[in-house]
Amino acid sequence: MILFNEKLVRKRNRAERRFRAYGILSLLAAASVLLFLVYTIVSSGYSAFFRTTLLMDVQLNAAHMDITSPYTRDVLMQGRYTSLVKTSLYARFPGVSERRERRALSKLLSPGAELVVRDYVINHPESIGATVALEVPLSSDFDQLYKEHLPRTGEHIRFSEVQLRWFDQLQEEGRLNYRFNTQFLFGGDSRYPELAGIGGAVVGSFYALSVCFLLAFPLGIAAATYLEEFSGNTRLTRIIEANINNLAAVPSVIFGLLGLAIFLNVFGLPRSTPLVGGFVLSLMTLPTIIIATRASIRSVSPGIRQAALGMGASPVQVVFHHVLPAAMPGTLTGTIIGLAQALGETAPLLMIGMVAFIANVPATPLDASAALPVQIFLWAESAERGFVEKTSAAMMVIMAFLILMNILAVIVRSKTQAKVE
Amino acid sequence: MVLWCAMPMIMVVLCWLVVEPWFVRPIVMQTLGSVAGQQAGAPAFQYLEIRNIAAGVLPGTSASDAVMHAVEQYKSLLRTASMAFSVMFLMAGVLGFYRGYKKLTVDFPAREQVEKFVRFFLLASSMVAILTTLSIVLALVVEALRFFKHVPLLDFLLGLKWSPQVAIRADQVGSSGAFGAIPLFAGTLLIAFIAMLVAVPIGLFSAIYLAEYARPSVRSVTKPMLEILAGIPTVVYGFFAALTVAPLIVKVGGTIGLNASSESALAAGLVMGVMIIPFISSLSDDVINAVPTSLRFGSLAMGATRSETIRKVILPASLPGIMGAILLAVSRAIGETMIVVMAAGLAANLTANPLESVTTVTAQIVTILVGDQEFDSPKTLAAFALGLTLFCVTLALNFLALKIVRRYEERYD
Repeated sequence: MILFNEKLVRKRNRAERRFRAYGILSLLAAASVLLFLVYTIVSSGYSAFFRTTLLMDVQLNAAHMDITSPYTRDVLMQGRYTSLVKTSLYARFPGVSERRERRALSKLLSPGAELVVRDYVINHPESIGATVALEVPLSSDFDQLYKEHLPRTGEHIRFSEVQLRWFDQLQEEGRLNYRFNTQFLFGGDSRYPELAGIGGAVVGSFYALSVCFLLAFPLGIAAATYLEEFSGNTRLTRIIEANINNLAAVPSVIFGLLGLAIFLNVFGLPRSTPLVGGFVLSLMTLPTIIIATRASIRSVSPGIRQAALGMGASPVQVVFHHVLPAAMPGTLTGTIIGLAQALGETAPLLMIGMVAFIANVPATPLDASAALPVQIFLWAESAERGFVEKTSAAMMVIMAFLILMNILAVIVRSKTQAKVE
Repeated sequence: MVLWCAMPMIMVVLCWLVVEPWFVRPIVMQTLGSVAGQQAGAPAFQYLEIRNIAAGVLPGTSASDAVMHAVEQYKSLLRTASMAFSVMFLMAGVLGFYRGYKKLTVDFPAREQVEKFVRFFLLASSMVAILTTLSIVLALVVEALRFFKHVPLLDFLLGLKWSPQVAIRADQVGSSGAFGAIPLFAGTLLIAFIAMLVAVPIGLFSAIYLAEYARPSVRSVTKPMLEILAGIPTVVYGFFAALTVAPLIVKVGGTIGLNASSESALAAGLVMGVMIIPFISSLSDDVINAVPTSLRFGSLAMGATRSETIRKVILPASLPGIMGAILLAVSRAIGETMIVVMAAGLAANLTANPLESVTTVTAQIVTILVGDQEFDSPKTLAAFALGLTLFCVTLALNFLALKIVRRYEERYD
């Protein structure tokens, strides 16, 4: 006789609910960490897309610039713009005449101010002699002050009383503007946070990924095709398979060591270049592409194969004309996901020396360059306050790229799948 | 046909790229030597200088006459050589074409030949994987052997002190260098252990919930969320650990009276755990889904609640697969680099206190090799010895995990 034990049932039901709650809780934990992470990054990073500028009247005095007619490009490049900027700044504050005070005053402006003036003069040589109003960037500390990231008072205050007074005066006169910072998106790296940009790193990453794609995509497809279509169950095949599976799980630093020892030291390829970075990344992406391609080749219906064979196609023709096109959706998504992983990979690039400080935007894959994740690492390690928001903003950019690539993968999958079916 | 024509041409190009420097260099150096006698400075450096001047990278003004002479000769040699090269290139093409044309008869099996070639190309591509593994092993073993010439293997594996600074000059005092890797292993294991403490429960419960309870709509939201977590680059996690989590731990530790280091193992471990959650959850999700539905129905029919079914039937059935997933995750945690480089310290402390700063194998490899290195110092070579250890350990873990998972897969096929 079975007794209906109400107590026991209640206990079991409680256990059931508890168990289910654990599951929900852990999902919530994961979600909240993700949200917290994204929130931290966005809240500290969005301001890096803007910077504070000072609207300054600059008298383009040829004598101050130390240039003489004719104003060719070369002559203008050699002009002395530092003194021009300083004179214009001092002209705003006629009361400041002491040397030390003037130096404190000039700390308000970024070293990039003279470049703004120089570029303006080069593009408008006819305006030499006139007075123009230009927007020049503030130095990082005052930029941070404007964004209220640095305190005005307190123990580790970075500003003197008089500097704060000047700053407030400029702000009251409406001379300070908050502008979108194009230099951040397109410029190269710089020692000065207000001038630093991720353009060079983005281009470097782009080159490295291109090299990676050009190598890994054909090789990956070829290897997967061989393993799926042409190899029997031989010893060699099994060794290759085991190899690929293991390579997929080898830590990325090891690939960096490989790049350092083989590509740089044995083959003597140039250090710090996106070319070598692309080589290393392609070795890392290869297993991902091979595994994805094999899976999608396997899912191609045998009917297609038999039909093609029946029409007199040779085995190679069957594969290249029918099986591979049908397997393309899976192959492409696998490749894009592999490339997305490669984009975020940092450690192997550190090993092959892509950590040097490089201010130029690289022109070819053979130029030394940074890469996006390495740039993040470099900025994260630098002590200046102004780089914190740059780091976060660069992370926003890299994550935007990753999301774009994943969306692309989804689109490619649905588009090509529709075509195949 | 095209193959017959193009292949010799490609071969010539490849040969050319390999041969050119070997061929040109001795001639240039000879004239340099004969003109100026043996100058100071390594010949390799001079050769590089000559090449750079010829390419217009260096301004030629500072170089001596002898070097300029050599530069001129280098240029003219290159001209002659590239002419000879184009002639050879065309000739190879023509010869190949001729040969192909001669072979082109009615009963020549062109398709079979091409297919053979294509198959060979495919095989060669799949050998790249083996080549990669071989060159990893080769690079690591060769450099590590050079390291073990300086430091005995047992001192490395069992030594308790790690301070890789080696005296640069012979008369320097106090930095003889100690290469005992035990503190590194301990630090790596400590951080990996913390990471697993976070990742295993959360990942496993997420997987169970997703596989057994969640409605399709919930699944369609949570799965991409976990994938995003998996896709975040490790530098981002590293930054998060170093600038957000670590200060938080210091603050929280301070309020309850614990003294936490600003580069604590706990911060790195916690964040690494978050990174690994999606890894565990997706692998275990697959494993749980592979358990036959009949087992589930059988248990439910006997009156078990769903949680009892999961705990008493499904989990035991999928245990080997879950163990495999956990092993893979451990190997992931051991090999993870950026988080520990940015958030864990560099001082090699032998401690089990998660609030103190420890260092790991990967962090040491990176710090040793970033920046300038000279390739004979035991310090640099130590990185390769560490790399070899890491490679062996992760390889063993992966191998074991794959074996377990495969055996498990066979059981329910």
